[in-house]
Amino acid sequence: MRRYFGRKLLLYGLTFFVAVTINWMIPRFMPGDPVSTMLARRTVNDPAAYEQMRVYYSDLFGLDKPIWEQYLNFWGSLLQGDFGISVWAFPTPVGSVILSALPYTLALVIPAVLLSWVVGNWFGAFAARRKLLDSAVLPVGYLLTAMPYMWLAALLAWVLGVVTGWFPFAGGYSFSRTPELTWPFIQDLIMHWVLPFLSLFLVALGGWAIGMRNMIIYELDSDYSNYLGALGAPNRLIRRYAFRNAMLPQITGLALQLGVIVAGAVVTEIVFAYPGLGLTILRAIQNLDFFLLQGVFLFIVVGVLIANFVIDVVYLLVDPRTRIGVA
Amino acid sequence: MTALQEITTREAESASGPSRDWLHFAVRNKKLVIGTLIILLFLCIGVFGPLLARSGSAYDFVGPRMEPPSSEFWFGTTLFGQDIFAQFVYGVRNAFMVGLFGGGVAAIVGMVVGFLAGYRGGWVDEVLSMITNVVLVLPSLAVLIVVNAYLGIRSIPAQALFIGLTMWPWAARAIRAQTFSLRSRDFVDLARLSGSGTGRIIAREIAPNMSSYLVMMFILMFGGAILTAASLDFIGLGPTEGVSLGLMLQHASVNSALPLGLWWWFVPPGAAITALVGAMYVANVGLDEVFNPKLREM
Repeated sequence: MRRYFGRKLLLYGLTFFVAVTINWMIPRFMPGDPVSTMLARRTVNDPAAYEQMRVYYSDLFGLDKPIWEQYLNFWGSLLQGDFGISVWAFPTPVGSVILSALPYTLALVIPAVLLSWVVGNWFGAFAARRKLLDSAVLPVGYLLTAMPYMWLAALLAWVLGVVTGWFPFAGGYSFSRTPELTWPFIQDLIMHWVLPFLSLFLVALGGWAIGMRNMIIYELDSDYSNYLGALGAPNRLIRRYAFRNAMLPQITGLALQLGVIVAGAVVTEIVFAYPGLGLTILRAIQNLDFFLLQGVFLFIVVGVLIANFVIDVVYLLVDPRTRIGVA
Repeated sequence: MTALQEITTREAESASGPSRDWLHFAVRNKKLVIGTLIILLFLCIGVFGPLLARSGSAYDFVGPRMEPPSSEFWFGTTLFGQDIFAQFVYGVRNAFMVGLFGGGVAAIVGMVVGFLAGYRGGWVDEVLSMITNVVLVLPSLAVLIVVNAYLGIRSIPAQALFIGLTMWPWAARAIRAQTFSLRSRDFVDLARLSGSGTGRIIAREIAPNMSSYLVMMFILMFGGAILTAASLDFIGLGPTEGVSLGLMLQHASVNSALPLGLWWWFVPPGAAITALVGAMYVANVGLDEVFNPKLREM
């Protein structure tokens, strides 16, 4: 067990190190001057303010120091939680821009991922080897997984937002409201949450259903299922054992899919102008705000690493073989 | 029928080479046939469509604004009077480019890493597996966003190259596992005893025995590359030169095509991606059933 966690933590530490190094390397080794590119888009009327920004960012990049010192300084400020100051939202620090967007993304992604995983697995397990259901679940599942997230999102916004007017389809809450802890505001928040959640949920659902269906079919063909069947065990019992075994690859699959889920969340937020990290990325790109972009990148990487670790712990609880060090 | 299948598969296994039986099952597999037909349909659109489209750039302002689909403009026109059919056919063509090139790069890197790690084992495997896992854990779209934002990707091949470079770990992991199980087989030992080098053993003995697997891997990455490219285009990090289905979606979305009722601008590119990628997934399952007798529906 210690070996299992040791390897995993080494992997995550290394990944974080690589991510930070990529972040540091790209602006320094790309052609051109990142500071002037970044500030070129910015129309600052006051020359003094512009000069102040230029000095600040040049200093932040620390381009006049030797490479290794730049690299160490980069780590130093990072570990102090200093991501620099956003160009787009000048003079707000990148950290606080991200922290104000983070709750929206988490509130969207976590329920969508968990619910789609549970419901998808349930559908898939139920449909496997049941001819009629299977012929419905399979094509729908493939259609959903093949859909670009933003396309389904925009169609949902159109049908359930524009045409029927059931749900608001832009923003995290109505413009007329100010964030406060009152019931009408929370209601407003939830109404704005429904459509982005639904589109994330639906696209992810298909993949889980198909994965589970295929795993169940595989497990039902395995020796232990045949043996149980030969002993005269009821089908329900065999399916229950198959389901428990089929869960393991689905848990691993959840970890592997995290990157895809992040991508889906980013474009979905953009479609609905939902004020999470995805929309922050869009703003950063539109304003060439590289500090903000890099800050969001690191936050996403850390989020994915934490999620991976949680899944590892769950796997440890579910699969006894990892505990005694067989697998 | 069941017995017959058992015999043919056993023969195929003992021959340990590609057998012609798979064709027999391939043409009888509905999923494979339907999936392949849809892919071929889009391939025809991508290859011959541009011949039917109006000459000139797909971004030229050739018609009236916001024209619904008509006999003159098959897919209608955009808010600015561009021919959507022209954009669509070039977009489909470029989707194949991205899939082929991005999936190809990922397949090549994945094969090199996977074969080496699986066949050599030991510290080579340790190092390569660690690299593979690191790239696998890194959320690829986030990496692509940072890289593309700084480098400012211009062309579609460049975009595909970067997508391929983030996607290979999937292939590498699977190929490594397969190679691992093949490398201790008798025929590989025999090749080693007769003095073949690593490269030759991998190319002659190991790769052919998992060729079906490699094909399926490539198909999946082909579809994955198209989806990733569409996401990047939609965020506004698409190629600045050329047309793509993702860029069409982005332009339609930025210009609020759906709220304005211009569904013919927004629906076709997304539908094409869904149909093409979905067909690939379905064909892939079909292939799996053809090559793996256990999965065949009896």
